[in-house]
Order: sequence, then structure tokens, then C-alpha cells
Amino acid sequence: MTTQEVRLCGLLLQEHFGDVVEKVGTHLIRSGVLNLRALALETKLALDLVKKSLCVLVQHGMCTFGAGRRGPAGPVEYRISCERIIHMLRYPRYIYTAKSLYGDTGELIVEEILQRGQMTMSSTVKTVADRLTHNMPEGQSMDYSEVVSAFSQLVETHFLQRCPPVASAGPSDSGAVDPPPPAVTPSEPENHPDCYRVPYINLTGKGKRRRSSEDGEADQRAAKKAKTDNDECGDEGIFWQVNFERFHLHFRDQAIINAVSCKLDQTSSEIVRTMLRMSEVTTPANAAFTQALSANEIFRALPSNYNIARPILDQYLTLLVDDPMEFVGKTGDSGGGMYVVNLHRALANLARATLESVVQERFGSRSARIFRLLLRKRHLEQKQVEDFAMIPAKEAKDMLYTLLSENLVQLQEIPKTPDHAPSRTFYLYTVNQLPTARLLLQHCYKTVGNLIERRLYETKENKRLLEKSQRIEAILASLQATGAETTQLTEVEEMITAPERQQLESLRHHINKLDSSENQVDETIFLLESYITSTQASR
Amino acid sequence: MAGRGRGQLTFSVEIVGIGKGENLPPSTVQPTPVFPPLDQKPVPLQAGEEAEYMLALKQEFRGAMKTLPFYIRPAAPKKDVERYSDKYQKSETTDNSLEWKPDWRSFPKELRVREKRPQRDKSQAVPKLPKQPRVDKEEIIRKLETLEQKEEEGSSDEGEGEKKKPEEEEAEGEEECDEEEFEGETDYVMSYFDNEEEFGGESDDNMDEAIY
Repeated sequence: MTTQEVRLCGLLLQEHFGDVVEKVGTHLIRSGVLNLRALALETKLALDLVKKSLCVLVQHGMCTFGAGRRGPAGPVEYRISCERIIHMLRYPRYIYTAKSLYGDTGELIVEEILQRGQMTMSSTVKTVADRLTHNMPEGQSMDYSEVVSAFSQLVETHFLQRCPPVASAGPSDSGAVDPPPPAVTPSEPENHPDCYRVPYINLTGKGKRRRSSEDGEADQRAAKKAKTDNDECGDEGIFWQVNFERFHLHFRDQAIINAVSCKLDQTSSEIVRTMLRMSEVTTPANAAFTQALSANEIFRALPSNYNIARPILDQYLTLLVDDPMEFVGKTGDSGGGMYVVNLHRALANLARATLESVVQERFGSRSARIFRLLLRKRHLEQKQVEDFAMIPAKEAKDMLYTLLSENLVQLQEIPKTPDHAPSRTFYLYTVNQLPTARLLLQHCYKTVGNLIERRLYETKENKRLLEKSQRIEAILASLQATGAETTQLTEVEEMITAPERQQLESLRHHINKLDSSENQVDETIFLLESYITSTQASR
Repeated sequence: MAGRGRGQLTFSVEIVGIGKGENLPPSTVQPTPVFPPLDQKPVPLQAGEEAEYMLALKQEFRGAMKTLPFYIRPAAPKKDVERYSDKYQKSETTDNSLEWKPDWRSFPKELRVREKRPQRDKSQAVPKLPKQPRVDKEEIIRKLETLEQKEEEGSSDEGEGEKKKPEEEEAEGEEECDEEEFEGETDYVMSYFDNEEEFGGESDDNMDEAIY
């Protein structure tokens, strides 16, 4: 794990789970694999706190445990997965995607499961129904069956999956007098045959509206009743988690479709969208290209509002194949032409476009021209760079050295003689896409870390003001609830002076900007990560 | 072989394009300045409904996580002297058990935190146990001596106070609600009398005067 990744993980854990979990998590990332005793000893925290933190991390799927180096008889060892923690940056994007695909119900289901790590179906349905009922106008309530159907849809399209069952080490249900296995190892979720099977639960009813005038006790009683009701629903012990891989495939498809629609036009992007949709289930996760689809199949599967004629479809497909971005490739002629979507090549092109855009925005369009030249021509000498880029020598030199000092461009020596004499060696400038993408990815992690730290700093600086405004809002809310007059309300509002109000406004503006930036950097992170994983998988 | 003119480099710099006698910028001997002025201004952020909605989602998620039981706060640091008001400022992290119940079947057994709270506190205090009864018994005896005059008013309170101390020492499962019940029944806090031992001492001397 690189320094920047560890730093980012620490900040994310601290924001969402508190300082204790952050300490435990960071230490576990740095040391690799540890058992409970060693972890408590090295972090100098109370054993209880360490146990609680590990429980939280395991619940959210960020920490896995297994039999250690001494085998099943030894202590259990814990391992943290950094990338799961960094996925926390992307949670808003997951929730938004669920909303765009399955409406408000889907959005709330995914949000609940993300907040709690794992949940049973019945508890999710109840909580979501209650939340939806809360937002509905008086007198209406959300039926459980609607939420159940939305949940089933999410499972059918593999956005949700069952948590992997923990395989016990010994025959514990034989009833023999075996000592219980000390360590249990969870298996991969995909290996479980029932991974995407919705259990039958008998859950009928409607969401309950929580009245604000009710006593807190009544809520607690209702909550306790809900817990005991769980046992009657028939899905004990079946927990569901969000299937991040499936969301990533969806994002990747979206990126490709957007790129096609930007480069060509809307109809081409619809064709590519149809092709991707048809090969959703048949294509394995990290494949370099989709299954081959014949033009006839594509024609039949096009959405009905796009009634383009068959020869027009063929023309579009030819255009897509001939495009230098190589989104679509032709693999055969049967069935009117067999076409595939080149996933890996599309990702590589998108990553390349990102790199070029970064160089352009950072160093100017002429440096970007040099960069693109080097990407295309692989190795070039100093003189050749000046000639091909049509930039005067002095400026070209300057730009090349700037790029070299930022490590975006590398120098390659090619000796003419075995003794590597400098006067008899070629020095060529080159750009390697994969290492440069990795470098940029680390920069992105550092950027997000900086953004989070700046946001925490801004919040800390203005803590007094924020607390004051929160108190005043609470007072206002309670006054309004008890029906106070407008004079009282204005009096309370005036407790915040105008310059303070301005300061608060600018603080809110800054924090919103920093948060938005995090979301946007995360899009770049996703693209670069997908490109790197795809390249590694295709090797 | 190497270009002797410009330091000891392993290659002659004409190849990379620096001519003879050309002025190079001075070498940097300190880290780059913080927040240097940028030549190219950054592109503005994406605006629009989608970006704003995701921003709202992000901030709501962060706020919600802080209220969930997964947000673990460290125990409040111990103050130097026990204050009277400590009993009324119940800190949020007094219970050692998790406030949510994970499915222990899919968790390693060693992570399970025992839920009996007084038992855990007392089991940690076991090594100190031999010393404690002696000190407490002395306190009780002293209390009894100095508070003889207060028997009528303080008898019920004392009885509960005495009962409370042996309760704390016992390691067997005393329920929390018992202690709180005793504390809740009376208007006066038990430790009120612990701190003010001179209260009874004064009354010893001034038997003639009325006590207000």
C-alpha cells in the first residue's frame, strides 16, 4: 500500500467510523496481517475497543479474517482491504445510480445497506418502508410488497448479493463432541450457488409513520418489537451486501456509451448501449471484449423508439468499426456481421484521453501536443520532437524538461557502443501509458486526501460559529414547533449577526466546493483504476 | 569522456539539447513554495442537477454515519479528581457492549464482547479486590461513628449506601438497574455523605445548638 493510499484510508475511516477505528485500521494496513492480541498490543488500545473496531470493519466488509499461519489451531488473523475503504468515496455515486435505475425505493435500499454494511432482507424492507412513509403526505403509507419487489429487482440484476457464508472448519452440525472450530473462514461470495437467490419471506404490512409527538419510549418499544418480529420472517442469517463489482461494470458501460455519444452521435451510442446490454450476463467481469453479436441480433434488440432501417444500422456499425477509437470491432461475417465491443481498448483510450487532458490543463496545449506526439510515436529524439510538434527549439526544450521533471515523460538511453559512451548514445524521450496512469492515480489519491484535510481544517477553524448556528437552528425549530410568534422568531434569528451570516455562507460554499471536487476526482480515480485492472487482467 | 565543464555528468548535455555556454536556471536548494500562482487556471467544477444531488447525498451519508452505532468514540479521559457532577453527566460510552448485534455466526468468536457490564468492571478490578474491602470497611466504620446522630434521617440512605458498596465488590451478576434504582429513589446522592465527613463532626461538638 502506498503512502497516499494509507493516508486516504485513514482519513475516510476517521470521517465515517471515528478515531478508534482509524487507528486500528491504519495500523492493520501498514502491518499487513495481524492477530487480535498483536494488534491490541501494538496500537496500545484497550482490547474492548479493538474488538469493537474489528467488528465494525468486518461488518462493512473491509476486513477479512481467516486461519493464520499456524493453521486452524492458531489465532485468527485479520487483513484489511484498502480498495474497499477507498470505495467509500464512491458511495454517493452508487446511491445515485440505484435511484436512476430503480427510483426512490432502490435508492433508499442501497443507502441503508451501504450505511450498515450487511442487512437482512426483512429489516431492510421495514426500514425503507418506514422512511418512505415518513416522506409521504399524511394518510398514505408505503406497502411492504413494493419495497420487496424493488429489492428483488436489485438482486436479479446482481446489484445486491448475499454475504458469503462462513465455512466452518469442522463438522459442527454432526452433533458429536467435537471442540468448536476456533476460526471460521468466509468464502468468496460468487462461489455460493444461492448468491442471487431471493429468500421467501412472509412479510406483509405497510410502513409505519413515526409521529414526532410520540414519546421516545414508544419508538424504542416499536424498535424492540421490530427486532423480535425478525425471527418470524423466515430469513434468519441471510445477509445482503452491495455488489460493488456490478456497479463498476455499470459505470464502465456508462463511460463507454458517453464517449461514443460525444465522439459520434446519439444513435451510435444507442447501438453500443444495446450491444452492451445484450452481453451483460454472458461477459465475464474482466473480459477484454464482449461476446460476439451478430448484426441481426442487434437489429432485433434495438429499442422500439429507434426505428432505423437495417441498412442504416449496417452503416452505423461500419462507422463504429472504422473509428480510430476502436470501440467496436468486427470479428466475422456470419449473421450479417459479428461485432464485439472492445472493452479493454475502450478503457485504454479513455485513460489516454484523461492523461492528455491532465497535461493540457496543467501545462498548456503545446505541452499537450508534445505529449500526444510522444504517445503516438513512442520514442523520439530531441530534434525530432521539435520538428514534429512544430514548436521552436527553445520552448520545446523547456516544455520537455518540465514534463520530465514531473515524471510524465521518460528518457530512454540506447547505446551505440557497448561502453555506453555518452557521445555515442541515443537519448530518446518516451511516454509509457501504464506507469503514467499509475502515477496519476497516486496523484488523485493525494488530491482527495488534501481535499478532505482542507475541509476538516475549515470546519475546525469555524467550529465555534457552526455550533452557534446549530444551536440557534435548534432553538428556532423548537420555537416553531410550540407555535411562537414571528417577533420571537426574528429575535432569535438576529442572534446571528450579518457578518457572521456572511462568514457562515462562505464557509458552506467552500465546503460544498470541496465535497464536489472529491466526487469529481473520484470519477477520474474510477477510470484509471479500471484501466489498470483491465490491463493487468489481460496480461 | 564526460562533459567536464558542467559538473560531473555521465552524458554530454549537447545531446539533450543544452548548448555550450548556455544559461541554465539556478538549481533549487529548497522545497517548492506552497500555493504557487498557477499559469493555467483550473477548469471549473461540474455543475448541474446530478452533481448537486450527489453532493447532498454525500453530506447526508456522512452525517448519518456519525449517528450510527458504528461510530466508535474513545472513552472519555479520566479527570484528575472525581467531581460531584460526574454522576449526572453520564457519558455516552459507558456500556462496553456493542449497541448493534452482529450475527455472531459469521464473526470470529474472539471478537465477541461479553455483555454483563458490572461483571466486566468488577472482573477487571479483581486484582485490586483485597485492598478495597479494607479501605471500604474503614470508611463504613468511620461513617457509622460520625453519623450516629443522623441515624433517623440517614438510616435509610446509609443502609442503601452500605448495601451499594458490598454490591459493587461482589463479582456475581448484579443487574445495573438495581444500582440505578437505589440512586434514583432518593433525592440525595450517596457520595454526598462520603465527601462531607465533617458534617457529622460539627454536630458532635454543638449538641446544644439547633441544626438548621
